[in-house]
Amino acid sequence: MSDLLYKIAQERILILDGAMGTMIQRYKLEEEDYRGDRWINHSHPLKGNNDLLSITRPEIIKEIHRQYFEAGADIVETNTFSGTTIAQADYHLEDAVYDINFQSAKIAREVADEMTAKEPHKPRFVAGAMGPTNRTCSISPDVNDPGYRAVTFDQLVAAYYDQAKALIEGGSDLLLIETIFDTLNAKAALFAVQSLFEDIGREYPVSISGTITDASGRTLSGQTTEAFLISLAHVPLFSIGLNCALGAKELRPYLQILAKEAPFLVSAYPNAGLPNEFGAYDETPDMMGQQIREFLELGLVNILGGCCGTTPPHIKRIAEIAKEYKPRKIEESVIA
Amino acid sequence: MTATNNILKLSGLEPLLVTKESNFINIGERTNVTGSKAFLKMIKEERFEDALAVAMDQVRGGAQVLDVNMDEGMIDGTKAMVQFLNLIASEPEISRIPIMIDSSKWEIIEAGLKCIQGKGIVNSISLKGGEEDFIRQAKLIKKYGAATVIMAFDEDGQADSYERRIEICQRSYDIMVNVVKFNPNDIIFDPNIFPVATGMDEHRNNALDFFRATKWIRTNLKGAHVSGGVSNVSFSFRGNNIVREAMHSAFLYHAIKEGMDMGIVNPTMLEVYDNIEKGLLERVEDVLLNRREDSTERLLEYAETVKGSAKKKEEDLSWRNQAVNERLKHALVKGIVDFIDEDTEECRLQFDKPLSVIEGPLMDGMNVVGDLFGAGKMFLPQVVKSARVMKKSVAYLLPYIEASKQVGESNKQGKILLATVKGDVHDIGKNIVGVVLACNNFEIIDLGVMVPCDKILDAAEKEDVDIIGLSGLITPSLDEMVFVAKEMKRRGMKQPLLIGGATTSKIHTAVKIEPNYDQPTIHVLDASRSVPVASSLLNKESRIIFEADIRAEYEMMRKRHQGKQIAKDYISIEEARKNKLNLDFSNYTPPKPTFLGTKVFEDYDLGELRKYIDWTPFFSTWELHGKYPNILEDKVVGTEAKKLFADANALLDKIIAEKWLTAKAVVGFFEANSQEDDIELKNIDHPELLTDKRKTVLHHLRQQNKKGEGLPNYCLSDFVAPAESGKEDYIGGFAVTSGIGIEKWLKHFEENHDDYNKIMLAALADRLAEAFAERMHERVRTEFWKYTSEESLTSEELIKEKYQGIRPAPGYPACPDHTEKPMLFKLLDAEKNAGIILTESNAMYPASSVSGWYFSHPDSKYFGIGKIAKDQVEDYAQRKNMKTEEIERWLQSVLNYDV
Repeated sequence: MSDLLYKIAQERILILDGAMGTMIQRYKLEEEDYRGDRWINHSHPLKGNNDLLSITRPEIIKEIHRQYFEAGADIVETNTFSGTTIAQADYHLEDAVYDINFQSAKIAREVADEMTAKEPHKPRFVAGAMGPTNRTCSISPDVNDPGYRAVTFDQLVAAYYDQAKALIEGGSDLLLIETIFDTLNAKAALFAVQSLFEDIGREYPVSISGTITDASGRTLSGQTTEAFLISLAHVPLFSIGLNCALGAKELRPYLQILAKEAPFLVSAYPNAGLPNEFGAYDETPDMMGQQIREFLELGLVNILGGCCGTTPPHIKRIAEIAKEYKPRKIEESVIA
Repeated sequence: MTATNNILKLSGLEPLLVTKESNFINIGERTNVTGSKAFLKMIKEERFEDALAVAMDQVRGGAQVLDVNMDEGMIDGTKAMVQFLNLIASEPEISRIPIMIDSSKWEIIEAGLKCIQGKGIVNSISLKGGEEDFIRQAKLIKKYGAATVIMAFDEDGQADSYERRIEICQRSYDIMVNVVKFNPNDIIFDPNIFPVATGMDEHRNNALDFFRATKWIRTNLKGAHVSGGVSNVSFSFRGNNIVREAMHSAFLYHAIKEGMDMGIVNPTMLEVYDNIEKGLLERVEDVLLNRREDSTERLLEYAETVKGSAKKKEEDLSWRNQAVNERLKHALVKGIVDFIDEDTEECRLQFDKPLSVIEGPLMDGMNVVGDLFGAGKMFLPQVVKSARVMKKSVAYLLPYIEASKQVGESNKQGKILLATVKGDVHDIGKNIVGVVLACNNFEIIDLGVMVPCDKILDAAEKEDVDIIGLSGLITPSLDEMVFVAKEMKRRGMKQPLLIGGATTSKIHTAVKIEPNYDQPTIHVLDASRSVPVASSLLNKESRIIFEADIRAEYEMMRKRHQGKQIAKDYISIEEARKNKLNLDFSNYTPPKPTFLGTKVFEDYDLGELRKYIDWTPFFSTWELHGKYPNILEDKVVGTEAKKLFADANALLDKIIAEKWLTAKAVVGFFEANSQEDDIELKNIDHPELLTDKRKTVLHHLRQQNKKGEGLPNYCLSDFVAPAESGKEDYIGGFAVTSGIGIEKWLKHFEENHDDYNKIMLAALADRLAEAFAERMHERVRTEFWKYTSEESLTSEELIKEKYQGIRPAPGYPACPDHTEKPMLFKLLDAEKNAGIILTESNAMYPASSVSGWYFSHPDSKYFGIGKIAKDQVEDYAQRKNMKTEEIERWLQSVLNYDV
């Protein structure tokens, strides 16, 4: 499967799906939807724990995956952004982590296979999504105690290992470590997946996607885009890129750095613009398409998709435009 | 993997590329317990702040990679490594560069690798313990994502000849590339630098063998780099820094030529190669290159002659080599005062008259500062530091200027008079405006605080100023500003009037002040706006446009303001009272305080108060906007916020340790019942306190805007049990200050031309006063009034006021009338008990003071009175036995009508 992915990436720009949260919001789900039968008596509120819906309302998640595939996505991300023991601790659901990841991968796999069967000329893939967790390994949450860490590297490795294992066992084709705001967290994730691959005796493609939090061009943990790339390039990645935080327009200068320096494929899945004063994203598919076109004109990307605020129409537009262009070629000079 | 490009890529927060062109990468070595006794002592004593300062020095001194070593028997190396690397991660200036994790213990190396987000270097691994260990460690380093140093060391020992060096390096390289699949560009060999001139024959080729091995590695092992610890070479000359520095430089010169591209060198122990005295250089090179039989003896002879004349160098002072103009500019932009007197003197001697120094280089420097500030590339704390440099330089020149009688030839942009108006004591904001304007080449005449109108206007005429700026923080100051404006018109003055300060607003200026004066009258929001406003006003052409703009804008605001007044619905005070908050006192017994009367705190522990400081307003004082603690990580102002925060804490340490300030407080509780909008106190036997009919009454105002269904029109008296409920209730009062003793220190800083610390001190004193109020309220809740026994709120929750009961202050939204303050002060005898006096505007002095009332009811909450109508004002005046016009003057800002 992964050979096929590499082969397709040579030929054309791969399309990733759009936002999951934005789509889930449309269903106006309530506490009981999240709880299902399984957690009907759980001691803590579960509303907002979107990852659980893969188990309690799988038909909704499958429908969203289906819509993105139909819009033109080659790859959908599993509904597992918060599927680590660390992130689920907020809900006291550490025990559910294996099931969340396994089931999320499984249902995404089902929809991908269903679509591939329908359109065999366009195989569909599942990316096991590994979010950043809600803790930072290189920043203290307590300014009065800058040496303190709310999470250790080893704890992150353990949590990511469990998540990656369940995602693979559930049928993911690749792993996507995404929305990285602290590079040390991502290094722990890479350490975990390398250990997993050693243990299972098989390797899967691994993608990395970082987040530039503002116009200074740095990650939350303070790294420049180039430093970010250097810090994670010790693993032969499938792709490296940027997502979230900024809209397509603001992302461009940093993508240019990756496009020039990265010895891997380059991905981008921006937000639908910057949030307005009500926290909503209001860039239309056409507006976003225009800006994505700039990336393509400059030959910056191999993989495109959408993050917060994007919907199937956005992905449809992006997919249409991407068809007109060739994927970025990795520069000879950066292949070390 | 192939090694086509030979580039070693490293990263901290920023990338570091070791390429053919990068010459030599300098690794800072002072954060190494095996190499620095002072650093070891810091780590042993857990003085991590000092240890960080060492790291910072290294970075500022030009280190491109930071070597960290914690290998010492007496310390827990793993723990120290983790702690120190975590601390470094929180210092962006240090963590900008890659880290070299230096240890002979694998567990320390691995612990270190788990702490760095960038791509660092392990120092080191080797074949010393056999291939198996070597491969295991190398694989892990690869997995963690770091480069590594490999020592020329194997099972048989350390390589000490050219042949052994290349043999071990070749073997290590083959294993790394073929077995471990390590990126060859990430391999750095350390082929061992050993001492020379030891007197032993077998050491004669030590340096030469290193040079040859380096060349061989760079030629034969594709991609690999070469590093080493340079100071070893001069081991025999410990204590003789002149010889050692020359040896280091000469060694590096030759090693770099052969391909050594990084190394551990103390940059302060390095002479510039070309500056080495020729005789010394020849002898050193004889030794390094083993050129003469007697080379060691000759170098020793030379060493005897220069023994003990060691010199010391500091961080990167290369800017000191520039022309004096450039040096002054550099000092201004960077805020460095260390050399300002000598540079100013040097400059003075170059110019024909001392004033030219100010008009020339100093102003050039300040223009750069002004431009950077205007462009958002510098922030207020930096600007104030720059101003400190400027002031010091000017102070140095002043006697010369006086002597040459050149005063009056000022080439300033213009003269601006600043004053805090009568009755008001707050001046932090005004001082900041003064500094910023001074930085932009305006001459500032600052009359200080509590300045009566006449004094302001007389001074303005006498000094022939171009602009007058008024400042004020409390609401009565607004009225005083109106008065000043009227007086200016009456006296036929021509200067534009600028209005600023916390209580002022554009709308107030437009509606109340501007119509009273026929020259431009402009509200200035903050210090950064003061410059464009002043500049526009002082240029003839731009003034015309600017003035027209402002007049049009203010006129429009007045129109809209009138429109609003009609649009908004108010109800009569009678109706408002009917819609009061009706608390159920029949099922509620108000808690009784543990004492009645007052309790005085003479000299409160400032250290205790420090924990209660709410830092967010502190940063906004400095025009750094954002919430603490997030502001410290802010991408735009974070760096400056951090510096400011560090400076603030350093000063706070001093204030507390050396007892610069004395904090005093008084709290009191009194029996009370509400009577409509008033609160009547019982059993007060102080004749001065009986307001009328032998009663002591506190007067409050009630919201009068039309409310939605189910929303009451609040008045503070609603929170106190009414007399007719038959319940005994209580009210508390407090006055706290942390400003006693501040004058001396403010003056001290003023005399030293140090606005930065002057403003800092005042701002900190303000924060301490607020913290004091917060702490005292906490003690009141849990200890003195004791209506909540257990409370474990974090300081953030305290700031968000997540507790029962409120402490509104007279003059603020819930009780905007400042004339209630004298009553509060008399009840508490605050002047005697807390050392706070009230000015004629009822401002508290010292400025760093807080006073207010305590209400205990669980449903009591903060609210704003909003605007009130004439019927309530008349009623209120009658209750207070004051003239309506007088109360209207005090309440001006809350009236819904114009007077």
